[in-house]
Amino acid sequence: MTIRDKAYIAGVFEHPTRDAPELSTAQIHAQCAKGALADAGLSKDDVDGYFCAGDAPGFGALSMVDYMGLKVRHLDSTETGGSSYILHVGHAAEAIAAGKCQVALVTLAGRPRQMRRGGGGGRPGGGPIGGGFSDVPEAGFENIWGGTTHNMYGLCAMRHMHEFGTTSEQLAWIKVAASHHAQWNEHAMLREVVTVDDVLASPIIADPLHRLDCCVITDGGGAVVVTTPEIARSLKRPLVRIIGAGEAPKGPSGGRNLDLTYSGAVWSGPPAFAEAGVKPADIKYASIYDSFTITVLMQIEDLGFCEKGKGGAFVADGNLISGVGKLPFNADGGGLCNNHPTNRGGITKVIEAVRQARGEAHPKVQVPGCDLVIAHGTGGLLGARHGAATLIMERL
Amino acid sequence: MAEARRIPAPAVNVEGQPFWDAAAQGRFLIKRCGACGEPHWYPRAICPFCFSEDTAWEESAGEGVIYTFSVMRRNTPAPYAIGYVTLDEGVSLLTNFVDCDLDGLTIGQRVKLKWTPTEGGPPVFTFTPA
Repeated sequence: MTIRDKAYIAGVFEHPTRDAPELSTAQIHAQCAKGALADAGLSKDDVDGYFCAGDAPGFGALSMVDYMGLKVRHLDSTETGGSSYILHVGHAAEAIAAGKCQVALVTLAGRPRQMRRGGGGGRPGGGPIGGGFSDVPEAGFENIWGGTTHNMYGLCAMRHMHEFGTTSEQLAWIKVAASHHAQWNEHAMLREVVTVDDVLASPIIADPLHRLDCCVITDGGGAVVVTTPEIARSLKRPLVRIIGAGEAPKGPSGGRNLDLTYSGAVWSGPPAFAEAGVKPADIKYASIYDSFTITVLMQIEDLGFCEKGKGGAFVADGNLISGVGKLPFNADGGGLCNNHPTNRGGITKVIEAVRQARGEAHPKVQVPGCDLVIAHGTGGLLGARHGAATLIMERL
Repeated sequence: MAEARRIPAPAVNVEGQPFWDAAAQGRFLIKRCGACGEPHWYPRAICPFCFSEDTAWEESAGEGVIYTFSVMRRNTPAPYAIGYVTLDEGVSLLTNFVDCDLDGLTIGQRVKLKWTPTEGGPPVFTFTPA
């Protein structure tokens, strides 16, 4: 496949300002987006792919997509300095050629003249948290409330419990299952098998999450190599092919119809399953991002492994334990017990899914005949802006 | 009654400046779009629903219900409650709940705005049981 003749430039816009004391950085991004869409004769509702680099304020694409109220299925915030936007057009063509989006928007904006005057332009990657100047659009309204990963996920758990009757005991089963797997992993941070009572007896960190509802903090890392079918076949390793992927951001979206009981997985999952040509019930093993127990429960529902609101009953009684339940998950012990390097658990989700697909997991947790696996993650803050990513792989 | 959490001065940019200027005068503003008529939060110069730049500030009574909350109990000098309030105008915002029994908060409870001073900045829009 090539990008040749697969993608066209539909609209462009150069902002007329050269000195913008009255505009925020996010506002300039949005005005540029509006200008380019008008030039194309398209509206913002046509946009389903968004590209930005380090000049985008706050959480980059997550902040800007939420600011502009975009609903996209493809995101790219590759940062290569001033060349980023040329690279983005190339990436946009790849995404369009692959059917990952149809209308891609690339924006750039900044206010270095205002920063020089002390008026601030916002630092790439985020302004100061609470206080002083920041050109991160949501910063002043959100970064003052003592939000942490714990309570921003706790907010979702509280609402999930309120709407669906989910209990702390049910959430605890997720940790229990992870601990059953971690006991066999010699590298796991926590190898002790725990019970529901152990989880409930651990101190509350942020309502309703106990210490044992939270993942570990670890140093470490991981890597993945992706290649062509031809090269893969020339190597002496099991063939694990990528058959579906989906991605989606989710945010408070202008504060209208706030619903914290679901994650971006409701949008990243279906295109991944459709591309793969499989259903949730076909999946043999699932790596599900487990920053907290509630993260797992919501994502399992959102990916369609059970009905919305029934996740509590689904995860209870060992249903996630390999060899015991219907959906073996995080067989390495996951982020809850094994590893959460630099507070980013996505890569370890891919790695254990590949081990399972290859049949190279620990014998005590290896799922027999494991030829179809999923790795899914949520990054950012589940209770505010987050990005969801779904990956489905098949062992040939 | 919980000990009040010390709240840092909010980061202010040019787009949010009118909100904070009004806050200093005790007026709580939200933004509404003149094109589609929808209110939104946090306030933007461009409507996140229809992309119109015809957005205007309007005063809100600052009344609504608790959508969700979480009491932070560890790694803090004193427990505090963070949560979302859904204003009667229909938009939801992140805030802290103050002047209340933290163990008595409930989802769906009616709350009202209460300005809380910050460390060197304008007051911020906390909420308390109505």
